[in-house]
Amino acid sequence: MSTGTERNDLETQGPELDIPATPELLPKVQGSLPKGTAWGILAASAVVVGGILAATGFSIGLWVFLTVVLFAVATYVISRVVEGPRKATDRLVTVVVGSAFAIAMIPLVSVIWTVISNGVARFDAAFFTNSMRGVVGEGGGAYHAILGTLIITALAALMSIPIGMLTAVYLVEYGKGRLARAITFFVDVMTGIPSIVAGLFAYALFALIVGPGVRMGFAGAVALTVLMIPIVVRSTEEMLKIVPNELREASYALGVPKWKTILKIVIPTTAGGIATGITLAIARVIGETAPLLIAVGITTGVNLNPFDDRMATLPVFAYYSYVAPGIPREPFLDRAWTAALVLMVIVMLLNIIARIISRAFAPKTR
Amino acid sequence: MSKNIEAKDLNIYYGSFRAVEGVNMSIKKKTVTALIGPSGCGKSTFLRSINRMHEVIAGAHVEGRLELDGQDLYGPGMDPVIVRRQIGMVFQRPNPFPTMSIYDNVIAGMRLNNKKAKKAEFDDTVERSLRGANLWNEVKDRLDKPGSGLSGGQQQRLCIARAIAVQPDVLLMDEPCSALDPISTLAIEDLINELKNEYTIVIVTHNMQQAARVSDFTGFFNIEGTGKPGKLVEMDETKTIFSQPKQKATEDYVSGRFG
Ligand SMILES: Nc1ncnc2c1ncn2[C@@H]1O[C@H](COP(=O)(O)OP(=O)(O)OP(=O)(O)O)[C@@H](O)[C@H]1O
Ligand SMILES: [Mg+2]
Repeated sequence: MSTGTERNDLETQGPELDIPATPELLPKVQGSLPKGTAWGILAASAVVVGGILAATGFSIGLWVFLTVVLFAVATYVISRVVEGPRKATDRLVTVVVGSAFAIAMIPLVSVIWTVISNGVARFDAAFFTNSMRGVVGEGGGAYHAILGTLIITALAALMSIPIGMLTAVYLVEYGKGRLARAITFFVDVMTGIPSIVAGLFAYALFALIVGPGVRMGFAGAVALTVLMIPIVVRSTEEMLKIVPNELREASYALGVPKWKTILKIVIPTTAGGIATGITLAIARVIGETAPLLIAVGITTGVNLNPFDDRMATLPVFAYYSYVAPGIPREPFLDRAWTAALVLMVIVMLLNIIARIISRAFAPKTR
Repeated sequence: MSKNIEAKDLNIYYGSFRAVEGVNMSIKKKTVTALIGPSGCGKSTFLRSINRMHEVIAGAHVEGRLELDGQDLYGPGMDPVIVRRQIGMVFQRPNPFPTMSIYDNVIAGMRLNNKKAKKAEFDDTVERSLRGANLWNEVKDRLDKPGSGLSGGQQQRLCIARAIAVQPDVLLMDEPCSALDPISTLAIEDLINELKNEYTIVIVTHNMQQAARVSDFTGFFNIEGTGKPGKLVEMDETKTIFSQPKQKATEDYVSGRFG
């Protein structure tokens, strides 16, 4: 680099600096609490609150709540004295955010724990291979309900994914003006439809076509489709919107027609995101109970034909086992919990599949 | 293959806003034409109207004639898709398709336009185009790797390879070097010099030296004020524009006195 032979590499390059004898220094933090102080304060708060409650009467909820309050106040005061107001506010907000997270986790962990601990008793081979035909007490399983759920959900997915995706493509790539705005509005409205209304709609529709009192898997699939379409539209729309316009223009500039640009460039670029959105939509409807209760009903045996007669599904199976158990009750309640557990496992599997798909489709850089 | 372009009284609009007014310009085949002018004067707009990319924007339209060897590109029955197959384009920011490998990026134009070809034919096209874009030696060992894993300059040359793979008559470039370092810029300028043996090239640039280095003809666009349409002020051989332009505005601009 440098031409001077006497200059060695470590020497500073650039102009000479003249630093004033008394430079204007930036303000420093006043002091800082040693690491781990927060935990110390937390422990102290817990002990203090525990002590006071021990005298007046102990309750775990109150103890946790008061500990957090005392912890927040103490942290703020101590930090303000030692570290100054900005740091103190920072710590206070950290405590608030952390508590909010913990509160959000409580129901989640509690639900998972309850379902697993209650459901594991009947999470056995018989549950996955037997139906309820002829079962009055112990034993039996939800083979028929698992199949019913899979069939009905698959039918719903088969109907709503093409409709939803094409609608999203229309809205993002073609739609302008009134019609597009109207569709967006109605999709928003559909997002808010209570599931029972979707069930009544499907029932009424098939009652008109087939006759009153009709129950069939396909009607349930239609109800789920009504619920699923807006979710698919929304998520696909968001994904298509983030595809940069430059890619579309690059494709047009090669003389590729618009429909092909959408099919071969836009959708593949964001396929991972679309797949995730679709999986979440499926996960959202697979646990629907009310519409299936109305449109599909329940049965004890295996019925693989969605166009004829009642079918069992996991949510309805769980519901009926709980509200109308036989005698003794216990086997029915156990099966209800296991059905819930199986549903949860299916949803979890769907999420994992979505992750794998989105990883496989994600645009690569290396 | 290479063709002449002629704009006749071309007005270009965004909705009701007239962005470019009354352009009469001839672009000779197998030459490089540079378009210069201040920001917002409509260089990109004019360039995009040449391959009918302009009308991709909602409400955008064009009046007047734009002829490719005498045939009006905006005439009745002309399909913009067909026009774009003949007139390729390289954008300011490199935009390789992120889901495709380097190989697939180069042949994207052929593949997406359903050209049936044997593997060997595709291989040939890939090698020829990448060599043409001065990129072959850098990527020949990793053709199956994603195009977005290349450096910015390499990506831009990949985009040039993609544009010339479909063997267009004309190549449009909108500030192709503005995101590149001097070495990549030089590589692309060399490339432009080679490409003009086969293609008609129109390049928009803010870099006066670049215009002087690469182009045979230069067109100067100017705008009188915001909200006014841009106009082609003067067009001539590059050395004339830079040494003795006829218009005062041109002289001010190329010598750095403007505003
Ligand atoms: N999509 C658009 N919609 C509406 N007006 C636009 C659009 N794109 C450009 N314009 C307007 O058209 C005029 C010309 O723009 P253009 O992009 O062609 O300028 P330019 O000469 O390429 O400028 P630069 O050198 O900054 O790239 C400007 O007034 C601009 O605001
Ligand atoms: Mg521009």
